[in-house]
Amino acid sequence: MQWETVIGLEIHAQLATRSKIFSGSATTYGAPPNTQADAIDLGLPGVLPVLNAEAVRMAVCLGLAIQADIAPRCVFARKNYFYPDLPKGYQISQYEQPIVSNGRLEIEWDEGQRKTIGITRAHLEEDAGKSLHEDFHGLTGIDLNRAGTPLLEIVSEPDLRSAREAIAYMKQLHQLVRYLGISDGNMQEGSFRCDANVSVRPSGQTRFGTRTEIKNLNSFRFVEQAIDFEVERQISVLESGGSIIQETRLFDPARGETRSMRGKEEAHDYRYFPDPDLLPVVLDAAFIEAVRERLPELPDIRRQRFISEHGLSPADATQLTAQRAWADYYETVIQSLDARAAKLIANWMLGELAALLNRCDLEISASPISSEQLAGLLRRLQDGTLSGNLAKEVFEALSHSDDDADSIIEQRGLQQVSDTAAIEQALDAILAAHPEQVEQYRAGKTKVKGFFVGQVMKAFKGKANPQTINALLDRKLSP
Amino acid sequence: MQADEVRHIAHLARLAIDETAIADYARELSAILDLVAQMNRIDTTGIEPLANPLDQVQRLRPDEVTATDQRSLYQQQAPQTEQGLYLVPKVID
Amino acid sequence: MLNYSIRQLGQALRHREFSASELTEALLQRIEQFNPALNAFISITPEQAREQASTADARLAANTGGPLTGIPLAHKDLFCTAGVRTTCGSRMLADFIAPYDAAIAERCQADGMVLLGKTNMDEFAMGSSNENSFFGAVRNPWDRQCVPGGSSGGSAAAVAARLVPVATGTDTGGSIRQPAAFTGVTGLKPTYGRVSRWGMVAFASSLDQGGMLARSAEDCALVLQAIAGFDARDSTSAQHAVPDYSATLDDDLHGLTIGLPKEYFSTGLDSDIEQRIQEAIDEYRKLGADFREISLPSSALAIPAYYVVAPAEASSNLARYDGVRYGYRCEHPRDLLDMYTRSRGEGFGTEVKRRIMIGTYALSAGYFDAYYLKAQQIRRLIREDFQNAFQEVDVILGPTTPTTAFALDTQTDDPVTMYLNDIYTVAVNLAGLPALSHPVGFVAQRPVGLQLIGNYFNEGRLLNSAHRYQQVTDWHQHLPPGCADSVHQ
Repeated sequence: MQWETVIGLEIHAQLATRSKIFSGSATTYGAPPNTQADAIDLGLPGVLPVLNAEAVRMAVCLGLAIQADIAPRCVFARKNYFYPDLPKGYQISQYEQPIVSNGRLEIEWDEGQRKTIGITRAHLEEDAGKSLHEDFHGLTGIDLNRAGTPLLEIVSEPDLRSAREAIAYMKQLHQLVRYLGISDGNMQEGSFRCDANVSVRPSGQTRFGTRTEIKNLNSFRFVEQAIDFEVERQISVLESGGSIIQETRLFDPARGETRSMRGKEEAHDYRYFPDPDLLPVVLDAAFIEAVRERLPELPDIRRQRFISEHGLSPADATQLTAQRAWADYYETVIQSLDARAAKLIANWMLGELAALLNRCDLEISASPISSEQLAGLLRRLQDGTLSGNLAKEVFEALSHSDDDADSIIEQRGLQQVSDTAAIEQALDAILAAHPEQVEQYRAGKTKVKGFFVGQVMKAFKGKANPQTINALLDRKLSP
Repeated sequence: MQADEVRHIAHLARLAIDETAIADYARELSAILDLVAQMNRIDTTGIEPLANPLDQVQRLRPDEVTATDQRSLYQQQAPQTEQGLYLVPKVID
Repeated sequence: MLNYSIRQLGQALRHREFSASELTEALLQRIEQFNPALNAFISITPEQAREQASTADARLAANTGGPLTGIPLAHKDLFCTAGVRTTCGSRMLADFIAPYDAAIAERCQADGMVLLGKTNMDEFAMGSSNENSFFGAVRNPWDRQCVPGGSSGGSAAAVAARLVPVATGTDTGGSIRQPAAFTGVTGLKPTYGRVSRWGMVAFASSLDQGGMLARSAEDCALVLQAIAGFDARDSTSAQHAVPDYSATLDDDLHGLTIGLPKEYFSTGLDSDIEQRIQEAIDEYRKLGADFREISLPSSALAIPAYYVVAPAEASSNLARYDGVRYGYRCEHPRDLLDMYTRSRGEGFGTEVKRRIMIGTYALSAGYFDAYYLKAQQIRRLIREDFQNAFQEVDVILGPTTPTTAFALDTQTDDPVTMYLNDIYTVAVNLAGLPALSHPVGFVAQRPVGLQLIGNYFNEGRLLNSAHRYQQVTDWHQHLPPGCADSVHQ
């Protein structure tokens, strides 16, 4: 039998606010345990929540970017359950009236396969703390620093049909939240996490199969592995006559398997009701318009513009718009050069610069070579002052210096020698000194040409223009 | 309300209830539910629920860090802590 | 000076007739003398009181004090007070010391008031008799075999016995007004949102409102002035200007239209109580007020709706008491579930558990619409009843309670009978309106309370009405038997 996979993703993006969603505690990652949990985060008696404006703005920002409906009035609800990392015994979330609903995101995977994925809703909620299972005499330690960090839970429609589509969607959304500056998207730190709802059904059947929910997938690779495993598991259960139980499963990265979460097996009854400590959030048109005005150019639109205005290849444009900081860097460089330099800039950014950042383990925002420095370098490459090799030397020097490219060229005397008369004089002397090699070349051993180029370069300490040398050689050695 | 329902609700609310008290709870809670059932004397179809008596909307707070670390003060109230963590019996996922 | 009003005490302090420290000592001695029999206080705080009194004396000496500087008070033991335990009358919080002050406590302290202690209460404010306290029942100073009402029973008893001129309270379904009525004092529940809930331990967040019990409306006005106002820490705090409550106390009652809801004068009301209310109506009429019968047709649904909304919110508000970060934790938990269920099962008393169970049930899958949603719909009808009434009248008047104070241990086994004590008070909380109870006489030596209900933020008119009444009557001046003290008069 042919099976069709149906996947919906629930993605939790931590919002990049300075303070928590309902308290004035910092949200910095990695602080000593419980030092960023104030009375509100700890759920002490008598404390009350007040909503962070920036979290609301960020949620609206995403809503606008995915062309969703922004609720003019939304409500916070309490989701009641007991867990040691949930201090109040309830999570403040949104249930019946989320802030964002009915959005969509276009994804592209493989070569040019495109598809629009529906986004049912995105709602604001508070994150829980963390349970640390290292051994404290057989006890569990609770760190509530993360409790109250704002989350945007983004729920897709069950529109995804394979792990690859799921990954493409997740990556697209990951790129988007970072572009919008609403989440740092750091998956190792848990800023961008995913739960996957997975089911299978016989091809052609319209009714959905029973789904399982795989919890807490914090890397693209795990999402893919977990979905692939789960799809195989479900198919084999069904093909051997069994049935799928609707349940929550946990992915075990070490074994590449999903397993049933026994501790949470009991049916949940979250007893949602409107949080009486918070009032309805009413967003007027002016608020929404103010957010819209500050919305950055979205990656897809920017990518199209790079292709149409600068003539970049789709592949280069995709890479350069993958992160907003890269696209911003590129745009600064091209503004001080011109559109004809687009390909050159792309090559240098995706080649030398990417390699340098990779070696130093730096983000482009902390690049040792600024966009102005790179622009200065490429200008000299374009006007022939530098050869490709010399440019690499200047690039290397720039990575340790705040000087501009021209100063480095000047300091090191790296200008390329393109003076034909001087090169010809030197070449004549070399040809005269090596009659044997001249004979070999004329006899058809054309590799010897490289020898002559090398000799000329040696005479000019590497700064002779290679094109000029080649042109002269061709003329002088032609039979 | 039956004994099983009392046990189920007590579990949802994480309340240990002595088996000998279950019958009393069942009787008292049933009496309260009978009182509450008087609500059904009127039809409320189409009436919008009122969650808060005042017609106010949520105020928004500027995104500022105002809290400072007061862990040692807060943890003076805690039953069991170690290395800054609150300790609880083992959590099993 | 037992019957000095707060204004008179303030004048005496400013004129150096006695110092704040002397006043504090005198009242600490009275507490020592009477509290063992009344059990009105859970904690008495002589050290803090002496310190605050001497600070107040310094302000008085420098003439920088206000009308409340040096005036002693007590807080209901669910207002958090930094450094002094806040128990909520519960084993769960028997040793809990809040690391912060409630907004009300901050404001009282800023005005120079002197905290004498924390008053007893029904556990987590759930009760109408003050018998649901882990720290024992409170006795009614008028008859020590009777309850003082609840949940602010300790505050009511302390004020009635003149242990303190004013005590704070909270009112979720009548918890200020009912004990005020039972003990012959004046109690004000302000408009929802008028007084900050920051640091006030929650029972039912959309109903809870802090207020005070004092001997007179005039005293209530002075204290409301101190505690009312916007607080950015409470999302439900009202951004509504605070008027000068004392300035309007003496306003003429001619032109005041008072509504008498026919539903409040029908079945279940004790005829002797009705008689006292009628006498009070006559007094109000003499003062110039006009009366009109009105109808609040949804009144009978208030108790049923209240016993869904309040327990539902409570079941969630009290989920934080789990033995993890503070509060009671059971001995030797076998595992996590055992820790939760036993800490909560042992830490909470019977009535609290009952209400958590009712609330959990009302919110649980399959029942939410029939209970919670239905109750919130009825809540809107109740609010509309009042809104319609306030188109016609300025103030609504009726009895505070259907009976006078009842004997201890007579209603504890029957929660439903106990709940019906709040039959005239809960609708006000569902609607979020301000209301006041003041004494209007006695039935068999037990005080009777009259309730005035105002429109939103119209506390000033309630205080004005009650004050004019108290200018021509002396029910609020009566001292419970045995409470006069020859030594300190």
